Amino acid sequence: MRRELNRRLSALGETIVELVIKMCGWSAIVFVFAIFFFIFREGAPALFGTLDIKEFITSANWRPESTIRPQFGILALLAGTASVTALAMVISVPAGFGAAIFVSEFCGRRTREVLKVVIEFLAAIPSVVWGFIGYMILNPVIIWVTGVPIGVNVLNGGIILALMSVPIIMSMGEDALKAVPDTYREAALALGASRWQVIYRVLMPAAKNGLLAAALLGIGRAIGETMAVLMATGHSVQIPHSVFDPVRTLTATIAAELGETVQGGLHYRVLFVIGTVLMLISLIINVTADLIVRGTEGRQST
Amino acid sequence: MIPNMDALTTIWITVAFAASVTVSDACSNAKPGALGSFQGQSARPIIRITGSDTMVNLVQAWAENYTEVRPTVSVQVAGGGSGVGIAGLIDGTLDIAAASREMKGDERQRASVRNGAEPKEFTVALDALAVYVHKDNPLNVLSIEDLAEIYGEQGWIVKWSQLGVRNVACAGDQIIRVGRQNSSGTYAYFRDVVLGSTREYRMGSIDQSGSKDVVALISRTPCALGYSGIAFVTAGVKALKLSTRRGEPSVTPSSVTVIDRSYPLARPLYLYTAREPTGPVKTFLDWVLAREGQQIVRDLGFVPVPRPDR
Repeated sequence: MRRELNRRLSALGETIVELVIKMCGWSAIVFVFAIFFFIFREGAPALFGTLDIKEFITSANWRPESTIRPQFGILALLAGTASVTALAMVISVPAGFGAAIFVSEFCGRRTREVLKVVIEFLAAIPSVVWGFIGYMILNPVIIWVTGVPIGVNVLNGGIILALMSVPIIMSMGEDALKAVPDTYREAALALGASRWQVIYRVLMPAAKNGLLAAALLGIGRAIGETMAVLMATGHSVQIPHSVFDPVRTLTATIAAELGETVQGGLHYRVLFVIGTVLMLISLIINVTADLIVRGTEGRQST
Repeated sequence: MIPNMDALTTIWITVAFAASVTVSDACSNAKPGALGSFQGQSARPIIRITGSDTMVNLVQAWAENYTEVRPTVSVQVAGGGSGVGIAGLIDGTLDIAAASREMKGDERQRASVRNGAEPKEFTVALDALAVYVHKDNPLNVLSIEDLAEIYGEQGWIVKWSQLGVRNVACAGDQIIRVGRQNSSGTYAYFRDVVLGSTREYRMGSIDQSGSKDVVALISRTPCALGYSGIAFVTAGVKALKLSTRRGEPSVTPSSVTVIDRSYPLARPLYLYTAREPTGPVKTFLDWVLAREGQQIVRDLGFVPVPRPDR
């Protein structure tokens, strides 16, 4: 009798736990679509109404609160986001891969533990603190070293974003390299390959998917970052001509202006259109990453 | 499984943390005399003031001093910008909006449509909007005309040498324009007075979110020029003397030149209520405009409102 009850109870518990886990999985999908829907819905009246789409894409003039004629051109903001992200990637991808290779292939167990903890600690620093470092420390350093008139610029934002992306790229890259079976390393070494050849000719091609995914996730992090770039890039609407020009990014524009717009006004709606643009960019990056990973997987299995 | 557990744990920690903060807030609000009487707590009138970043220190100082005068009233202060305050007044989510610019006609209209409000304006202090340069910059005087050519669209002044000075600390000679974000009341006031109603700002200025940030950035940047309230002056920057036209005698920003209106960028600072104030809000506003409130205005580097009877 008692055993029967226990059995039933545990079966019930099983069902409940299964349901909860299923809900956790599905909720992620629901949330993503709900977020996309709400952002799009807030922006839609502007997108299909008063917003001049041609000006929106091709103009570098962002004057939403003008009393003469409000202008909503995001070209300079797009250029700002693109330039800061590109510079961050140029710095952080080699640095992140280098760190991943060192941690997974060269250093001893002790060093690895210490290094991983320290580098992953970088990822735990709040973005506003990074922005503060850019604004207060890197700004005068850049002026002092290069002699440029202003130190909050593409270079500053790029360095800060790179520092924020390195931990992600490193820890994902390390996982990818660790996933390569040891037999590969042993076979290559047995053939007389040097350590560098093992890494460059065997490990990196074998771990290509994981490394690519790591780099693309780093890009995603860099594009979506807000507070740090708001403080470090100078927040200035212009198309940059060099890495020493201050710029403004899409995310920083939303962060700085959304709180102060009148709900339902054109400015408010256009900021949501920018949000939609940002989500589309993220979507394209994620889908690309996914396709690349899948493509190479398919080739490997056949 | 484990990531889900982590998420759950995080949620629990967040909830617990929020709860503890709420509790500790309630505790710290309780004055010794009112200890243990939560009934008295809930009956305590609250005045919510939000808005102008220029005024946030001033309003905060009023709030702190007012608790000593009337311990039964709680004044809650938040910044964000004049636009935030006025938007809150329109939405009816606060009692008083602080603004460094006048409320626009369409904003008044929206307020009356949204919740039948007839906003009342109170000039509570005067302020000199100062034009700052780095302390090592040799420039001392500037005209509003020149400012328009620096900040305005298609303006011709982009280098310090064009203003007749050799800014040695600034190697590139380029003028770095520092400004405010476009929903700031200071941004709107500066545009209206310096550029007039027909000229736009030139793109490419460094837009800061706060009055303090403008001064902080200029004090670290020898090439920079920017505008912010005179109350935010620090040792690292220099406030320029201003004239309306090139060559006219220039005026130092001070309480005297603000009151006699000879300083060209003298402006009033406002508090707005949704309708004719009554009860605790009226008492608070009367106190702000009386001697004690105006002394705080002076202490914080702003200029008290001149009264005909004083």
